[in-house]
Amino acid sequence: MSDYNSIRSRVIRIIFGAALLIIIVQLFNLQLLSTQYGIDARNQAIYRKVIYPSRGLVYDRKGRVILDNTTLYDLIVIPSQLRGVDTAAICNIVGIDTAEFKSRVINAIIKNGRYQPSIFQGLLEPQMFAQLNENLYRIQPGFDLIERPVRKYPYNAAGPILGYLGEVDTGYLRRHPEGGYVRGDYFGVAGIENTYEKALMGQRGIEYWLRDNKNRPTSKFENGKNDTVAVAGSSLSTSIDIELQALGEKLMANKLGSVVAIDPRTGGILAMVSGPGYDPSLLTGSKRKKNINAFIRDPRLPLLNRAVSATYSPGSTFKTLQALIGLQEGLITTDFKVSCSGAFYGCGTGRPQRCLDYGTFDLRGAIRLSDNTYFATVMQKVINNPAMPDIDSSLNTWAKYMNAFGLGHKIGVDVPAEKPGLIPTAKFYNKRYGKGKWNYCTFRSVSIGQGEVNVTPLQVANEMAYIANKGWYKIPHVVDSIAGGDQFGLLERFKEKHTAVTIDDSVFEAVHDGMQGVVDNGTGTGARVKDIVVCGKTGTVENYAPGGIIKRPNHAFFCAFAPRVNPKIAIMCVVENSGRFGGTYAAPICGLMIEKYLKDSITDKGRLERIEYFSKLNLVPDFIYTDYKRQDSIDHKGDTAYLRLKGYLRIMKDTLGLEDDPEADDSKTDVNKKTELPKEDSSKDKKDSNAASNPIINNADDKKKLPVPDKKDSAQ
Amino acid sequence: MSQQQAIISKGINWAVIWLYLALVAIGFLAIFSVEHKPDENVLQTLGGFKSNYSKQLLFIGIGLLVGTFILLIDSKLFTATANLLYALGIVLMLATFVIGKNINGSKSWIPLGFMNLQPAELCKIFVSLALAKYLSRPETDFRKPQSQLIAAAIALAPAVLSVAQHEAGLALVYFSFIMVLYREGLPPAYLIIGASLGVLAVASLVMEENTLFITLSVMAGLALLFLRRRIRRKKSILLMIIAFWAVGVGVQRFAVPYVLNSAFECYQSSRIMSMVGKEYDCSKNKHTKSDANANKKPAKKTDDYNVKQSKIAIGSGGLLGKGFLKGTQTQGNFVPEQHTDFIFTAIGESFGFWGTTILVLLYGLLLFLIVSMAERQRSVFSRVYAYSVASIIFFHVVINMCMTIGLAPVIGIPLPLISYGGSSLLTFTILLFILVRLDADRQMVLR
Repeated sequence: MSDYNSIRSRVIRIIFGAALLIIIVQLFNLQLLSTQYGIDARNQAIYRKVIYPSRGLVYDRKGRVILDNTTLYDLIVIPSQLRGVDTAAICNIVGIDTAEFKSRVINAIIKNGRYQPSIFQGLLEPQMFAQLNENLYRIQPGFDLIERPVRKYPYNAAGPILGYLGEVDTGYLRRHPEGGYVRGDYFGVAGIENTYEKALMGQRGIEYWLRDNKNRPTSKFENGKNDTVAVAGSSLSTSIDIELQALGEKLMANKLGSVVAIDPRTGGILAMVSGPGYDPSLLTGSKRKKNINAFIRDPRLPLLNRAVSATYSPGSTFKTLQALIGLQEGLITTDFKVSCSGAFYGCGTGRPQRCLDYGTFDLRGAIRLSDNTYFATVMQKVINNPAMPDIDSSLNTWAKYMNAFGLGHKIGVDVPAEKPGLIPTAKFYNKRYGKGKWNYCTFRSVSIGQGEVNVTPLQVANEMAYIANKGWYKIPHVVDSIAGGDQFGLLERFKEKHTAVTIDDSVFEAVHDGMQGVVDNGTGTGARVKDIVVCGKTGTVENYAPGGIIKRPNHAFFCAFAPRVNPKIAIMCVVENSGRFGGTYAAPICGLMIEKYLKDSITDKGRLERIEYFSKLNLVPDFIYTDYKRQDSIDHKGDTAYLRLKGYLRIMKDTLGLEDDPEADDSKTDVNKKTELPKEDSSKDKKDSNAASNPIINNADDKKKLPVPDKKDSAQ
Repeated sequence: MSQQQAIISKGINWAVIWLYLALVAIGFLAIFSVEHKPDENVLQTLGGFKSNYSKQLLFIGIGLLVGTFILLIDSKLFTATANLLYALGIVLMLATFVIGKNINGSKSWIPLGFMNLQPAELCKIFVSLALAKYLSRPETDFRKPQSQLIAAAIALAPAVLSVAQHEAGLALVYFSFIMVLYREGLPPAYLIIGASLGVLAVASLVMEENTLFITLSVMAGLALLFLRRRIRRKKSILLMIIAFWAVGVGVQRFAVPYVLNSAFECYQSSRIMSMVGKEYDCSKNKHTKSDANANKKPAKKTDDYNVKQSKIAIGSGGLLGKGFLKGTQTQGNFVPEQHTDFIFTAIGESFGFWGTTILVLLYGLLLFLIVSMAERQRSVFSRVYAYSVASIIFFHVVINMCMTIGLAPVIGIPLPLISYGGSSLLTFTILLFILVRLDADRQMVLR
């Protein structure tokens, strides 16, 4: 009996032991062998909260804040706490009906769940915020207002330079894995917001919070031991003169084109205007998405920063550089004269060709009156330089000079989306025509800044800085210094002086003489400023619609620096498709800008009237309106009444297409367009007009060999 | 005075008392860690008896008073009142049908004002005493099937009432008395048959209906084939094979579906099915149908969530744990019912593998102490009672721990002495202290 009992007792003990052992084995398995539970626990219980530092501010050269932070408010909803909330009040203030209210709440639940706050209405208008704030007691706890930092542009100016913020997209996240961005973050999309993103964004702080089963943060994990503090973004000091910038934007209103002003001594950009301008504050705040879409669809391309992203043939502004090369290479002297009395030889055909301009010019006169023959001759001498073994090396030497002047390659400005432009080399022509199948006459138009050569407005302004400094430039840049030091080495490249080729001062003096003549009594008298010696050069640039057949109105160019001694500003202005001449529209704009910068303010009544006149002058070319109409009619496709009212559709059976409609043309708004400028421009403007014609026109055989001009209107 | 004290404390197994105190203390701290929030004023909460841990402290106080009182009682009282108490327990359980309070869908509570009493819990004590009393009667011959049936009836009567109260989890506890009966001479065949039925039940859940039916038939056919010579000699073997086959198919076809669809609630069936990795269709459940008619309540949340959270909390504890009050899952209330049925997760998360192992070993030590105490009893009453206590504690510990670590379906039974709850704590206190009292008097009489 005792044995029998002890066996059963032992069996029970074994069962007890075995069961407890199984539990210990399973605990061993769960707690020591598998790692997944630890990860799961972390994922669901620890909330990584990113603390966004305030973005760095941007100051202009006089210490004024030109890019600031401000706070807007989001209306958030917590669906689980909606009971007892005055729904009608919310609907009234936000301006929605109850059906919309319900659908928004349901969306919020789908997006973030019942216990988490979701945005009900983002970035409230100030008026709506005030109303909601007043009624907060009626809508809490289901609703609340939370702060959202956004950018503010105190002067509503300098959009193309400063840029704007946008939400990160998948591509950006992939390219910047180190930035710590997550979906929904903002980053600088354009302008220096983009270039200096690293400095401006500061350092994000991370807080680890414990959260409960309803996803509500409860307390700091381990008392914040692993948290990092957010460090505010560094502020940027720029060389921008915000008043000058604002003036430039005012002058360029209703025009396509660009104004770039540089301090030649530092390379600091004083103003960079791209026309048509826009109010940068439209790209922040509640209407941001809508406005960006409107800008993208605008045929005038307001978001394109023409100062760095548009390329044009430089036109006659190129001549100053040609003169520099000719003088430096010893192919001409300052006293060298060219006269064309009716014929012009030297294109290998033996037959005479028509003069570009009649009369006799020395260097100064040729610059002053923009004589095409003179610079065609200079170019011919450069290309047929006897010191060079062949035409390839002659052209490459020329191209080397041009590159040294900052053309044909990206300069390296800190405003993004810079285009390199084009300075053709021997390789370029060999590829295009075949080796030995081209000569000087093939690209004679390049000598006066037409043809294949392409530059950006910034490059032209920089070229002025180069000439003003007599042989060097610093890379143009907007940002002078970063508060707290240049940690990322973003400003290093702006300190170096670029002097790729050495050119004698006397050579520059001669060119300066010519340029002074341009403003004093040449083609650019519109740029005259009282008591200041301005050196400038006009340009009138022929251009064609994409495809190269249909000619479009000329671009007006003007570039200058001032004063002649110790220059403080180098400036460039282009007005696209303005028609007429560089001296007509571009020179006066430059003159006003120079006066504003050097005299700090414009007080003269006549000059002020001039500013008003230019700000109202509409030089948007006709084809833009055609594009507008096309866009508009596509938007209202199907709305026959609208189309008929607008004149896009006269009679239903007659035209269903969208052809050009003469009646609608009359209704366009460019009233100023046809009005004449007050008599201030000089008759010398005519000189430039010759640039418009192709240098070789009276030889039918040669004409056939001429290439169809390349696409000139490069604003696209 | 000191002499009297010596008499009272004479023969008391202090090891069990210390273990009891240790487990109760661990339980209090675990409940505290579940409920305590960093910004809470502990003293104020304790004084206000608002929180669960302060109430648990009160229950512990009551438990110690009751325990001390039991130690002062003459142990003869227990044998004398065993049957009376059993009858009282049954009456209380029946009373819940009339005056019961509905908590979490089970009408098994009697409100006492300061706490809710669950008679099914107390009945564990009464059944233990009554069973001990019955088996210790000189006229009881446990080898007779009749006695075995009566013993089983004593043990299972409260279980039947529990099922009727929708407390199937508690009902299962009463099946642990089979271990006591085994120790007292129940033929091992019962255990083997029980185990076989268990395997068959699991197989019915896991395997496809017809596959299992074919398997059973093939097994019967094979048995016939191999035993054909012996069958020729002894016809009863044939009958046995047929009987086994019939019972197998009956369990598979009728018993298991009946238990799932009629005996258990929908959520319990779902838990059982989820243990074997299957989904239970609640529309088949009788209770759901009647519930649906009464009030259109949505089906309860799946219990995968509980087990998943429980495993995450325990699993994330690692070797040494996250530290007391530093458990992220505990602080975030991720584990449902953590202060009661899932209290083990709080210990697992805060103290890791070392903590859980030590707790398991503490329970192991307690169980082995009780079994060795049982074996040294000279009276059958005390021995049966001690085995009853061991079996109940064993069943609670194993099922509760296994359900938190994913080895058993989630049936709501508490971890003895640790889970929050007055009824449960009081029941286990009384169970243990009566045992200690009986053990202290083991030399006195032969009952």
